[in-house]
Amino acid sequence: MTLVILGLNHKTAPVELREQLACLAPDPAAAYQRLRLISAIQESMLYATCNRVEVLFATPEPDAAVPQIRDFFIEQPELSGADISAALYEHREAEAVSHLFRVACGLDSMIMGEPQILGQVKAAYRLAAGQQATGPLLNRLLHKTFSVAKKVRTETGIGGLAVSVSYAAVELARKIFGSLAGKTGLLIGAGEMAELAVEHLKRQGVTRLIVANRTMARGLELAKRFGGEAVSLAELEDQLLSADIVISSTGAPEAILTKEQVKNAMRRRKQRPLFLIDIAVPRDLDPGINDLDNVYLYNIDDLQGVIQANLEQRQEESVKAARIIEAETLKFLKWRETLEVTPTIVALRDKAQQIWEAELKKTLPQLGPLSPEQQKSLEVLVESIALKLLHDPFLYLKRNHHPKNRSRELDLARRLFNLDPDRQEDLL
Amino acid sequence: MDFWFLIITLGCYLLATLVWLGYLWFPQDRLHLYGTWLVGAGWVSQGAALMVQTLDLGFFPVGSLGGALGLFSWTLVAAFLFLNWRHPVKVLGALLTPLAWLLVYGSWILPHPGEIPPLLQSFWLTFHIGAVFLGNATFTLAFLGGILYLVQERQLKTKKFGFFYKRLPSLETLDALNYYCINVGFPLLTLGIVSGSLYAQYTLGAFWQWDPKETMTLIAWLLYAGLLHARLVAGWRGRRAALMAIAGFLVLLATFFGADFWQRSYHRFGDGGRFL
Repeated sequence: MTLVILGLNHKTAPVELREQLACLAPDPAAAYQRLRLISAIQESMLYATCNRVEVLFATPEPDAAVPQIRDFFIEQPELSGADISAALYEHREAEAVSHLFRVACGLDSMIMGEPQILGQVKAAYRLAAGQQATGPLLNRLLHKTFSVAKKVRTETGIGGLAVSVSYAAVELARKIFGSLAGKTGLLIGAGEMAELAVEHLKRQGVTRLIVANRTMARGLELAKRFGGEAVSLAELEDQLLSADIVISSTGAPEAILTKEQVKNAMRRRKQRPLFLIDIAVPRDLDPGINDLDNVYLYNIDDLQGVIQANLEQRQEESVKAARIIEAETLKFLKWRETLEVTPTIVALRDKAQQIWEAELKKTLPQLGPLSPEQQKSLEVLVESIALKLLHDPFLYLKRNHHPKNRSRELDLARRLFNLDPDRQEDLL
Repeated sequence: MDFWFLIITLGCYLLATLVWLGYLWFPQDRLHLYGTWLVGAGWVSQGAALMVQTLDLGFFPVGSLGGALGLFSWTLVAAFLFLNWRHPVKVLGALLTPLAWLLVYGSWILPHPGEIPPLLQSFWLTFHIGAVFLGNATFTLAFLGGILYLVQERQLKTKKFGFFYKRLPSLETLDALNYYCINVGFPLLTLGIVSGSLYAQYTLGAFWQWDPKETMTLIAWLLYAGLLHARLVAGWRGRRAALMAIAGFLVLLATFFGADFWQRSYHRFGDGGRFL
């Protein structure tokens, strides 16, 4: 049985092709129906996100199966006419396993270490399992994948640092204020990034939100959406008294707040710290504000700088992650080797032999002096009992099972006779 | 006897230093817990050593610079353990443990003998010394917190994030530490000054003699009083409060060691006080 991954992702497919990936294989039932028709593959799983489409499958005849999976891609109506053969990549065995691990850990993502991909792989696996497309090999592989992803996440800092503007702003706020519970946010203007940041802040416990907008109607609308209160831009300076975190994102050509205004406000608010985030271009807030004590001003470039540094950090962490993945790939392949018939029979026989030899060693001294013939026949006795008992299991294992079931039977036999005692913790 | 206790103490503080530096690299709660236990064990052992010394001398070993340093490090660690329990700032241990080790080691190598004349051996002097030392200990913690604050604030202001950014707590936490320590330390120092001056009136016949140590302590007291006042009235916090805590500590440091340079100081270590 060979594990193969065939697919295309953001690195191999041009942007026009990628735009169509998102809606590829919208009907999983039909897709798995189609995959089931390919007799050469026994287990399969399909996952499609906006940046990749991959089919993972197990086949006894990879060379027969791969062209058929290629056809499966080409047949997708969304990709009709496009030349995808250049974009398709193929990984087999160890490469396929580590590729899947890398994907699930976000190492293969556009944004290094992004966490969503793991959820997407999990959802795809649930779908595939629901369609009965997976078998013992893929079940095992996917569970391993999830545990590897968890391990990578806890043991490396790959997902620990903010890589979006809004989240970076929230992290900075937490470094200034500690807990954000009970703090007040002030949103000046509107915009996607600003609103995302407000949502993050609310989730972190910011209780009160003030919305200041040039047009009162828009302000009221936003205030309603976030459960805040709307004020006019003219009241801005007074609002600085109660706000702790200010997010400014207006289209105004000139500064909305001057250093002098903030300085006055700081005096009146008794120097309680103030965190200002200016994501507008051109900037809304006078850069000199950052020179004031207890005031922290970050503009869009500063936040991008934070993100860039975090991404570089993630890149460094990815080396650690790759090491974990390499080790886990080897472990998985080792487990799979045990799924061959002959090693299982050998292991079973070895186990029986160990048992009878140990028992003989215990019993012989208690029988008093025995002639060599007597001892010999005793040894033959225990050996033949053990082997006769195992005879039927051996036959059963050697019988020509349908290949689809073979690995399942082997797995069961190994568990039944506890041939991999150290595997206990891995049981699903 | 106290020799062995001090050896154990030095060992514990050294191990705690290593554990806490490890915590700096791998911030895991487990390491913080081990570090705390090690510091606690060292503190108990140092307490035993101090007890032996006290029984030998008949009074706390404050008559010599070495002895005073030892007693001070003990109160400092006590204050730290209390803070670690009530208001934990976990990385603080990484600064405190090496300092505690250095202080104990210093008290070891610095001159030791220093009898306290029987006339001074009274409850009031114990009270005076206890209050001043504990006050100084909390000010030292405020000083360490102030350093951490300045490091963290600098990173947030310049937007250049280094090794310590992730490892230091939020500015608010560090500022609260400053406030907490000075709030506790200030009444202690006040008590220490008042009790000392009452005792001086009783034994030396004058409340206040402008002894160098008295004068410098008064400067430090005024600094801290000013800081507390400014914080309440004008909201002096953050960087300014951290700088004030550092300035106050430097004055206290000069007070502690400096008095020895003035021959006329009766707070001087070494000959048991000139007045007696």
